[in-house]
Amino acid sequence: MTAQTILKHSFRIAWKDLTELFRNRLGLVLLIVMPLFMMVMVGFIYPSNGASLSNLPIAMVNEDSGFNNSTIPSQTFILTLQGINNQTGMLTLTNVSSISEVKDLVQRGELSGGIVIPSNFSQSIYSGQQGTIIIVTDQSNPQISATIQSVLTSVFNNMGTMLAQRQIQLINPTLNATSSLAAVKPYNVQTEGVVPGTPSYFDFIAPGIMAMTVMMSVMTGLPVAISQEKEIGTMDGMMVAPINRLSILLGKTIAQTMRGLIQGVIILVLAVGIFGVAIQGNILLVFALLLLGVFSFVGLGIVITSFTKDQETAQMLMMTLMFPMMFLSGVFFPIAQMPWYMQDISKVLPLTYASDALRKVMVLGAGIPQISTELIILIVFGIVMIAIALPVFRRMMTR
Amino acid sequence: MDNGYIIEVKNLTKNFGEFTAVDDISFNVKKGEIFGLLGPNGAGKSTTLRVLSTLSRPSKGTATIGGYDTVKNDTEVRKLIGIVSEKMIIYNRLTAKENLWFFGSLFNIQKETLAKRIDDLLELVNLTKWKDAQVGTFSTGMRQRMNVVRALLNMPQVLFLDEPTLGLDPQSSVEIRDFIKKLNQENGTTVIITTHMMVDADLLCDRIAIVDHGKIIALDTSTNLKKIISGGDTMIIKLEIANLTPDLLSAVKTLKCIDAVTQENSTRVHLIVHGEEAFDSIVDTVRERNGKITSMENLQPTLEDVFLHITGHEVRDSADQKMPTEHHRRFGGAPKRVR
Repeated sequence: MTAQTILKHSFRIAWKDLTELFRNRLGLVLLIVMPLFMMVMVGFIYPSNGASLSNLPIAMVNEDSGFNNSTIPSQTFILTLQGINNQTGMLTLTNVSSISEVKDLVQRGELSGGIVIPSNFSQSIYSGQQGTIIIVTDQSNPQISATIQSVLTSVFNNMGTMLAQRQIQLINPTLNATSSLAAVKPYNVQTEGVVPGTPSYFDFIAPGIMAMTVMMSVMTGLPVAISQEKEIGTMDGMMVAPINRLSILLGKTIAQTMRGLIQGVIILVLAVGIFGVAIQGNILLVFALLLLGVFSFVGLGIVITSFTKDQETAQMLMMTLMFPMMFLSGVFFPIAQMPWYMQDISKVLPLTYASDALRKVMVLGAGIPQISTELIILIVFGIVMIAIALPVFRRMMTR
Repeated sequence: MDNGYIIEVKNLTKNFGEFTAVDDISFNVKKGEIFGLLGPNGAGKSTTLRVLSTLSRPSKGTATIGGYDTVKNDTEVRKLIGIVSEKMIIYNRLTAKENLWFFGSLFNIQKETLAKRIDDLLELVNLTKWKDAQVGTFSTGMRQRMNVVRALLNMPQVLFLDEPTLGLDPQSSVEIRDFIKKLNQENGTTVIITTHMMVDADLLCDRIAIVDHGKIIALDTSTNLKKIISGGDTMIIKLEIANLTPDLLSAVKTLKCIDAVTQENSTRVHLIVHGEEAFDSIVDTVRERNGKITSMENLQPTLEDVFLHITGHEVRDSADQKMPTEHHRRFGGAPKRVR
């Protein structure tokens, strides 16, 4: 049987599969809704910076007993904080009488945290010591409390800097604002990305989700599609036709790849259109990478197909494999933030390299030379997996 | 082929692990014959069919179709055959025409020829009107007609039919039977049919192989098979006892002349008996226990009786219960069958 005939038959099978797919209305809707959900949920659950926090209910406790009947330092502190907050609208400050009441309100879930000025605040400042500010955090919500902590710390640091600047100017009136700032904070930190603009979390996850959806569609779609046909019996119809077994496999793979790519395009359109993701690199390279990702996963999909007897097992096996892969491949969380053994696992998953390469191209505008390592790994992985898969598949088809 | 046999099966065995589904069977089928494999669910009929149609490899033995070995020359065999499986091989989301077009395109048939053939086949089963409707909207009878013509796209010399009337209403069953008969007579297509329906086998088949527990236990024409009963001193008696009790029934069962007993309902039993004194001893036994015989009839033997006579159990008590569950899993569905 010539390669041409094999291809011709596989195209017929792919056409049949895609016709079925497009006639399944609900399936089509889910095809669009699934990636949308994933983008929305993941994108909004993990806010990219503190600026997106607003109106956090925070308690304000002033226990300052003053020094020589003067509470000027604590009053200044509160006024400055209120001034800053009026501009950012980040916090909703509530006056509370004591620290124990703050803790009670946090426990009830009415407050996200508190700022406490201790009784010796003014006294410390007047006696030439540091004034302590206590931030009460809600440990049940580490994400929020970490954000509050870092935001408040930087606000307080800025307030401290301003105060120090003013005091230096009192000592040496000849200094202007700039040089007094230089005296207090000699180092000025500036950040500059590889490409202009500040990427949001969406820029980070969009390439990953794209790579994942497209590659998974083959790995999960293939076993499900084949075991489903085996179960309803239509597979026999193809098996008794005088066609090469490879045509069936190839046809199914083409159909699943198309399905995956359609989903990939949907994600891309959503990411660019709704979530403002900018694509810095070559769009054709993006698609080439997606196809390469599919290629690297085909073998794995075939092996799984060969070992699953029915659709239910196929689906369960998929879920079991998908979850670790989703989280270990750096699609949602940076790999660097994982323990070493997990990092080692992520290094053997092809999805890691596909999403990495895709991210480099989409976010950083990288070209082929910058992602050559990833490309080689994906190609080698694909070839090795297919070499393993084909004999396994042949054995399975003629039981 | 030279000896007029289009199918030759020699010592065919198929094991699934420990379980032997087909146990060393041999038979030949003549060109143009309608050949039936009759037996209960799980007897090994479908497995035999799967091996013959290249879907499964035999564990031992060989099968040839048109002279081609089903394992070594599977592609050649596939060109000669068509299968109508118990599970319908049609895609619900494709239209009637698209289905036929898809399956037809897997054979190397010229486009124009295929188009013509599809139109003819749809016409043949009165589905031309529905050719552009999705098959999922069809009735079971229509779907089965589709399923049958799908197997005819390559004009097969041998058509395998696995329980073709299963789950069909009586009218659709008649239609399918007539269609098979017509196909056989007009095109000379050899037909291999598996069934557990005695009517199908009786009305259609030139020869019938009775299969039980993976073995062929009898193979002959329907008439000759029935002679096993009517030829000897075996009789079939329908007996109605107004006050039939389990005790009475077991007393009858223990009689020497009884070969097999089937209870049809609360008053009627079906007996296969032998010997000249059979009538007398049955009547005596029933009267002794104060049974009231309301009717007693000597029946013409049916294939069902033949089966009962040879195997000692009914076709209807399918081998299901005795089957290991592993088997069900592999074949997916024997327990789902509706009767």
